[in-house]
Amino acid sequence: MISSYLALRLPNHQLHCMKNIVIIGNGIAGITAARHIRKLSQHRITVISSETRYFFSRTALMYVYMGHMKFEHTQPYENWFWEKNNIDLVEDHVVKVNGQNKTIQLRSGQHHSFDILIIASGSVSNKFGWPGQDLRGVQGLYSKQDLDLLEQYAPNNKECRQAVIVGGGLIGIELAEMLQSRNIPVTFLVREKSFWSNVLPEGESAMITRHIKEHGIDLRLNTNLKEILSNNQGRVRGVVTEDNVEIPCDLCGLTPGVSPNISYLEGSDIETDRGILVDEYLQTNIENVYAIGDCAQLRTPTQGRKAIEAVWYAGRMMGETLAWHLCEKPRKYRPGPWFNSAKFMDIEYQTYGNVSNTPSERERHLYWENRNDNKAINIAYDPVTGKFLGINTLGIRLKHEYFDQCLRSEIPVETVIEHLEKANFDPEFYRNYFQDIKESINQQISIA
Amino acid sequence: MKTNPSMSIASAPPSNATVLQRVWAIFGVAALGILLLAAFNVDFPNKTWWFTGSLITLTLSIILYSYEAYRHHPPGIKNNQVWQKSLTNRGLWGWLLGIGITFFYIILYFYPQFLGLNNEGENTGIIGFFDPLSQILSGNPASQWFVYGTLYTIAILAFGIKFLWKYRHNPYERIRTFSVMFFQTGFAFLIPELMARLNSDSFSLPYYDLKNIWPLNYYNFEQYRVDSFISAGDIGIALLVFGIISILVITPILTYYYGKRWYCSWVCGCGGLAETAGDPFRQLSDNSLFAWKVERWVVHSVLVFSVLMTTAVIHSYLGYDAEKYWLNKDVFLLLVAGLLTLVFALVWIFKKQELKKDARYGAIGYFSIISGLIVLHYLTGSNVFLFQAESLRSWYAFLIGAVFSGVIGTGFYPIFGNRVWCRFGCPMAAILGLQQRLFSRFRITTNGGQCISCGNCSTYCEMGIDVRAYAQKGENIVRASCVGCGICSAVCPRGVLKLENGPLEGRINSDAVLTGNDLDLLDLIKEEKTSE
Repeated sequence: MISSYLALRLPNHQLHCMKNIVIIGNGIAGITAARHIRKLSQHRITVISSETRYFFSRTALMYVYMGHMKFEHTQPYENWFWEKNNIDLVEDHVVKVNGQNKTIQLRSGQHHSFDILIIASGSVSNKFGWPGQDLRGVQGLYSKQDLDLLEQYAPNNKECRQAVIVGGGLIGIELAEMLQSRNIPVTFLVREKSFWSNVLPEGESAMITRHIKEHGIDLRLNTNLKEILSNNQGRVRGVVTEDNVEIPCDLCGLTPGVSPNISYLEGSDIETDRGILVDEYLQTNIENVYAIGDCAQLRTPTQGRKAIEAVWYAGRMMGETLAWHLCEKPRKYRPGPWFNSAKFMDIEYQTYGNVSNTPSERERHLYWENRNDNKAINIAYDPVTGKFLGINTLGIRLKHEYFDQCLRSEIPVETVIEHLEKANFDPEFYRNYFQDIKESINQQISIA
Repeated sequence: MKTNPSMSIASAPPSNATVLQRVWAIFGVAALGILLLAAFNVDFPNKTWWFTGSLITLTLSIILYSYEAYRHHPPGIKNNQVWQKSLTNRGLWGWLLGIGITFFYIILYFYPQFLGLNNEGENTGIIGFFDPLSQILSGNPASQWFVYGTLYTIAILAFGIKFLWKYRHNPYERIRTFSVMFFQTGFAFLIPELMARLNSDSFSLPYYDLKNIWPLNYYNFEQYRVDSFISAGDIGIALLVFGIISILVITPILTYYYGKRWYCSWVCGCGGLAETAGDPFRQLSDNSLFAWKVERWVVHSVLVFSVLMTTAVIHSYLGYDAEKYWLNKDVFLLLVAGLLTLVFALVWIFKKQELKKDARYGAIGYFSIISGLIVLHYLTGSNVFLFQAESLRSWYAFLIGAVFSGVIGTGFYPIFGNRVWCRFGCPMAAILGLQQRLFSRFRITTNGGQCISCGNCSTYCEMGIDVRAYAQKGENIVRASCVGCGICSAVCPRGVLKLENGPLEGRINSDAVLTGNDLDLLDLIKEEKTSE
């Protein structure tokens, strides 16, 4: 439907210079690029993935294990969508890329040529060389295959009597919640002194820390992993911490973050650092070879953003941008203010702009919380200029659009606070905390 | 042996039921067992006590079971193992329950004598078992409908309390559930029974659940009821007028301000059961594009059928002579034709651009069929809609009133989800839906670029709306079928969805873009979306 319609709309010269676009990876970055390219052009699109045939939402894998959804529910498009939109799906694994010759080699032995290559191969779970990290029953949680492994090693609390999770980030807490849904006791080892305190300021981090404990998870802070122990069948039987405490377990989840999945590019002519280095057009050192999503590392990130952003939203925006760049006129990747979200067990978290865990002199925080209800808001501003820098919210839904505008227009923090209830996105009849928040925050400002 | 990972997903995780939960489940089954024994004419000594005891045990066991299920967990979304349990994943228990309920409905609608209904002498069986309660309330012996109404109300109350616990963190869900519990107990159950007490030899009102609005209440304007209303004097006339303005005035106003949710998930009895007893099955509703296509044709066809049937029935008992009473056969037909033409014309003039191709075909098609049949009637003197009014009525009552709304609508909860009737069959939902889509302040808004396409919203939408398809594009959800239950918003892990009433302008925003990217680029994407 879309393609036949576009055929009528596109000028003739575009029909005559159809390009062969190959996309490595069918995650949110690659698929967003594919969809937008299809909307804008008649280019031939091939998406290669060895993970799954159809695009699924990686962030939703946890809900499959917990039984909230079946795997097919995590697929945002019905299976007929791809053929109808003339997007070729290839189930294979890329083993080699040759940028200059414009070819890739697949595990099946096939070679594919391309006019344009988009690398969107995502991340791999970090492993820091711990002894025993490759035992059976030791795993991260990133891919569909990881989910299958988890079903194999932790199907219930008889097969898996106890689990240990190492690494206190977003995936770690998700994995803890997942295992708990099957009544598997979880010990959660976190290097920091408080959960996710390398990202969250003290108040928020403390609230989540309390919440994790309330859920009956054995959270051990300031704890590092030393070694993973094996039984005589090569399966994990326990871990040892750096304090020489041994914790028996049948599953060890390693969740100390992710890094770009680029090992298959070793020896290729594509320049990499931690990730695939790309310029502001998302192009690598080789013309017509691009990288987007988790695996890309921006040589010059825009202000307030990081070089590698392994989040759903960045992948999607890069895909969007690159499609327009390829199909219309040159276009730089210039994302707006940072935003992100997560859910820690029952507490929803949203963030807009930048609120650092350890604020500098040029960043002051205005913090409000309601402990009983697990609600908190933290507003960051520059005490010198009075400029609003960002906001964290726990348990209260706030509008993205409101803060996006506030941050882009660089308005003073007082103005943001004055109209804060305009940003309320909580469902109807929810208790309104804004009066309370404003009073508390205005008091803090007047003291400051 | 190598474990097949995809097989292991299907294997059930350990049951989380506590000992107490099992105990309460056994009590509940025992109470149902007593009712079943009564159905088989087992004679209980002290019938009243056994009866009261079984109903109270049934109610309490549901409530205590739920309390046990939720009290150990902090407030929050409770969907663990939904797709791994046989009952809620179309497994053996799901099928058995579905067959069981279906069987009950077939007996209830078509063979009430097996339940002990006896029009000549005293009731026996389970209906006889309910006689004492019916005597207290209405002063009359029970009927199969009294048994059904009582069990229905117990289901909404007990499973309503379960729902209240399940969503105790969510005020919207709590208030809404109180509302359906109130309307079921008061309006559907107690008031009509107590109204029956007012009846005497000289004064008689028909059984009237005031919130049950035509065309859901398809029999409201049948001759026996209208005669009865009229002969009951001022009160009767007031009720008749209320029935008419309910659909023509009250409903459009409330739907304009709040969307169809004011009825479908706050007031309606079918909705009430779906939201409480049916809640564990909401994820079974098919949310494919194909199902949506089927839904649109089927539900609007039922609406047309109900309009034709009601018109024919009313037409059949009106007089010919306008001198005797102004509303005669001809005036009535012209009124109906006029009203339909007016609605059609208004939609065509003001909302044509919002109708998709198949909606236009459907609208034109149905409009021409109805007006064509009316013209044909005048030209050839045939029956109004070719068939005898009575056969239209009895076919409607059988196909739609009994089979669709009861047997399929509720019996198939564990197979097709809890809103099959509301979605595919309810003519009232169809009317409210048309209005909600075209002329209402209600919409579900999405929160900028925060959607992660996880699919919880689409999975738990009982109306099978692919909510995610809109959320991941940043578009508002404005769909005829949305009953505003609010569960999509509740299960969203990233705070993306919000049910809102707001100005009509910008309500349908199919040009929306996802906040967060370069503004110039977003403008271009917006332009492209508009030109689509």
